[in-house]
Amino acid sequence: MKKELLSGNEAIARGAYEAGVRVASAYPGTPSTEILENIVRYPRIDASWAPNEKVALEVAIGASFGGARALVTMKHVGVNVAADPLFTLSYTGVRGGLVLVTADDPELHSSQNEQDNRHYARAAKLPMFEPADSQEALEMTRLAFEVSERFDTPVMLRTTTRISHSKSVVTVGEPLPELPATSIEKNPPKFVMLPGNARKRHLFVEERMRQLSEWAASQDFNRIEEGKGDIAIITSGVAYNYAREVFPDASILKLGMVHPLPKKLIAEFASRFERVVVIEELDPFIEEQVRAMGIDVCGKDRLPLCGELTPGRIRQALLDGEAPPVAKQAENLPPRPPNMCPGCPHRGVFLALNRLQAYVTGDIGCYTLGFMPPLSAMDTCICMGASIGNAAGLSRVLADEERKKVVAVIGDSTFLHTGVNGLMEMVYNGGAGTVVILDNRITAMTGRQDNPGSGFTLKGEDVPAVDLEQLCRSLGIEHVRVIDPYDLELTRKTLQEEMAREQVSVIITRRPCMLMKRQKVALRPPLHVDPDKCVGCRACLKLGCPAIQWDATAGEKGQARIDSLICVGCAVCEQMCKFEAFGVSHG
Amino acid sequence: MVETITNIYLVGVGGQGILLASEILSEALMLAGHDVKKAEVHGMAQRGGSVVSHVRFGSRVYSPIIPEGEGDILFGFELLETYRHLHFLRPDGRVIVNDLRILPPGVNLGLQEYPDAIAERISEAFADTTIVDAASLATKAGSERAANTVLLGALSRRLELDEAIWRQAITHMVPEKFRELNLRAFELGRAC
Ligand code: SF4
Ligand code: SF4
Repeated sequence: MKKELLSGNEAIARGAYEAGVRVASAYPGTPSTEILENIVRYPRIDASWAPNEKVALEVAIGASFGGARALVTMKHVGVNVAADPLFTLSYTGVRGGLVLVTADDPELHSSQNEQDNRHYARAAKLPMFEPADSQEALEMTRLAFEVSERFDTPVMLRTTTRISHSKSVVTVGEPLPELPATSIEKNPPKFVMLPGNARKRHLFVEERMRQLSEWAASQDFNRIEEGKGDIAIITSGVAYNYAREVFPDASILKLGMVHPLPKKLIAEFASRFERVVVIEELDPFIEEQVRAMGIDVCGKDRLPLCGELTPGRIRQALLDGEAPPVAKQAENLPPRPPNMCPGCPHRGVFLALNRLQAYVTGDIGCYTLGFMPPLSAMDTCICMGASIGNAAGLSRVLADEERKKVVAVIGDSTFLHTGVNGLMEMVYNGGAGTVVILDNRITAMTGRQDNPGSGFTLKGEDVPAVDLEQLCRSLGIEHVRVIDPYDLELTRKTLQEEMAREQVSVIITRRPCMLMKRQKVALRPPLHVDPDKCVGCRACLKLGCPAIQWDATAGEKGQARIDSLICVGCAVCEQMCKFEAFGVSHG
Repeated sequence: MVETITNIYLVGVGGQGILLASEILSEALMLAGHDVKKAEVHGMAQRGGSVVSHVRFGSRVYSPIIPEGEGDILFGFELLETYRHLHFLRPDGRVIVNDLRILPPGVNLGLQEYPDAIAERISEAFADTTIVDAASLATKAGSERAANTVLLGALSRRLELDEAIWRQAITHMVPEKFRELNLRAFELGRAC
C-alpha cells in the first residue's frame, strides 16, 4: 500500500474521494480551506465554493436527498452560519451520506473566537467523529459516510488546527470504483419538516442516538490502550497525542466518536481505576457528561479552558506543577506581527479613514489588519458580514455629527457572504451610512479563493461575475461610486463627500489583491528613494508598507529606503511625499 | 519514552518559503522510513509575521507539536526569528541559521532597533551553531531564489540521511524547471 505524507485536510479530501463523494461544497475558512482545494484533484467530484456556509450545507443536503454522497466543510464559526439547516437536517436525516467537517481553531491562530464545536453535535443531536492524526482523518471520513447512511443521520467530523494543518504518514486506500446512482425520491414525511412530520422525526432522532451510543461502544475507534499504574486517562483528538507524550505508560480510553459517548464502555473503564483524568482541549465536554453519569473524574480543575493544549501545558497542570524545562526567551525583541502585503490595495483606504478620523465598523479578511498601527483604522470586528449591520445600528442611535463618522468596511467576498443582508437592512430601515466595499476580486486571507464576484469557479471555469455596482443599485442605493484605491487623493475626497451625505452610499474600491495570479497584477518596476531629496520627514512611514524601511543613520534626520526585492511599484508612497523623493528605480 | 525522537524547528518570516522547505524535509524523512509529523499554522498568521514549523521524526511520533524545550535543531531562515526562538531548544541543541536580516514593522518605522550582533549572540549561547550565507551561495548556484535549498543542504549534513534520499525528495517537490538549480544549491549548502 502506498504511503504518503498528508495533512489532516488532504487526508479528509482523500477519504471523501475513496468514499465515493459526488458533491463537495464549502466557504473557505482557516483551518478548513485546503480540504476543498485538494478535492479538486479528483475530477469526478463536483467541488465548489458557495457564497457562505449555510448555502454550502444546503447544496450538500440537496445532493444527499438526490441519493449522492456529499461533503461540506467549514471553519468553526462557519457552523454558526450553517446551524439553521443543520438542526433540521438532523431530523430529516439523509439519503446519500452527508458529512459536515468543522475545523475548530483553539488558540485562535486565525479566528475571532475559539468556540468548541463539539457542543453542536450534542445540540443538533448527531454523531461526531474526532480524528487524532491524518490516518484517522482519512479512515473516519470514509466511516462517517457509512454511519451517515446506516443510521440515517448527518455526521460531523471535527478537526482542530493541529489536525487540519499537521502532516503525518498515511496509507491510502482504494476508492469506490463507481459512484452510486442518483434519483428523485418522494417522501414528504421524511423530507417535509412541518410540525406534524417533524414531531415524529424527533422521536426517530432520540432513538437513533440511543442506538448509535450502543453501537459505538463496540467499535475500534473507541478503544482502550492498557497501561500500567492506577491513573487512567480519557481523551480524544489531538489531545490524545499530547496525553501519550506526557504519560507514555498510562491506560488510556481514546474516544474516536465524541458524541454520543459510549457510556457503558466509559463506566467499565473508569470502574477499574482509582483516578480518572479527562484530557481535552477547550470545554469540559466529555468530562461533564461523564460526571453526569455519576463517575468521579477530574480534568478542567487543573487543565486550561482557554487556548490549545500542548505537552508542556499538560505536564504543568497534571504533574504537580512540574514546569516544562524551557529556557527564558530573550527580552524586548521587536515583535513581528502579520501585515498587509506591499502594494496591498487596502492600505490607502485605511490611511484615508485614519486621516478623516472615521469610526470604522470592520469585518473579517486581510483588511482586519487595518486596525494595526500605523493605519489604526478599525474600531469593531465581530463576524463575517457584521460591519454593515453594526453601522446601521450605530446610525440609529448617534447624533448626526457622530453618525457621519461611521463607516462600514467590508471585503468583496465577505460582502457576498452575508454583508449584503446588512446593506438591505440599512436601506430598508432608513439607516444612513457610508459603506466601503474593498473589492480586490478574490477571497484573499484564506489564500486566494474564487467567489461569486470573481468570475471563476473553484475548478477554474469561467462564469458570470456578480456586478457589485448593479447589485447595490438594485437594493435602492443611489450613490454608488467605484474608485481606484491607489489614488490617495481621490480616495480621501470620495470618502469625505460620502461621509457627509444624509443617505446610504457605497464606495467600491477596486484593485486586485497582490496574491492574484490569474488576472496577473500588472507588474511595475519598484520605486526608490532619492537620498538627495528625502529630508527625513517620515510622511511615507504612515502607510506601514513593509517595503519602506527607515534608515536612522542616513541624512541628517534619517531617511526612507525601499526594499526593491519586495516593492511592487504601486506608487502609493510617492503620493505621500511632498519632496518628490520617490521615483522609479533605474538599473 | 524508549524511542528517541528528533525535533526540528523551522523558523522565519511569512513569505520566505518555510512551508515548502519543511515539506521537503518531511518528505525526505518519510522516504528514509521514519514516522514523521509536522505542524504549522496557515492563514492570517502568515502575512509577513513570524512563522514556526515543527518537524518530528523517529520510530513512532505522537504529538505533532514539539514538547516545550525539547528542540534538537533550530533551523532558522532569518536571524531575529532564530534568536527569538532560541529558548525552544534543549541546552545541547544545534542551530543552523541563515545570515539574513528582515526588518520587522517597528524597525521599519524607526520605532525600534533590530538587535545587533545576533549571529554572535546565538553562537555564544549554542556552541554548535552554523551560520550560512545562503543568499550568496544560492546566487552562485544560479539564483538567489534557491536560498532555502542551500539551507536544507546545510541541515542535511547534520541528519543521518542518505544524500540520495534528499535528492529524491527535492526532485519530487520542486518543479522541473528549477530542479537542476535546486540540486546545485543543495550541493553547495551541504559543504557548509
Ligand atoms: S493578500 Fe491581498 S488583500 Fe491580503 S494583504 Fe496581501 S494584497 Fe492585501
Ligand atoms: S511603491 Fe511604495 S507603497 Fe508601493 S509597494 Fe513599493 S514601497 Fe510599498
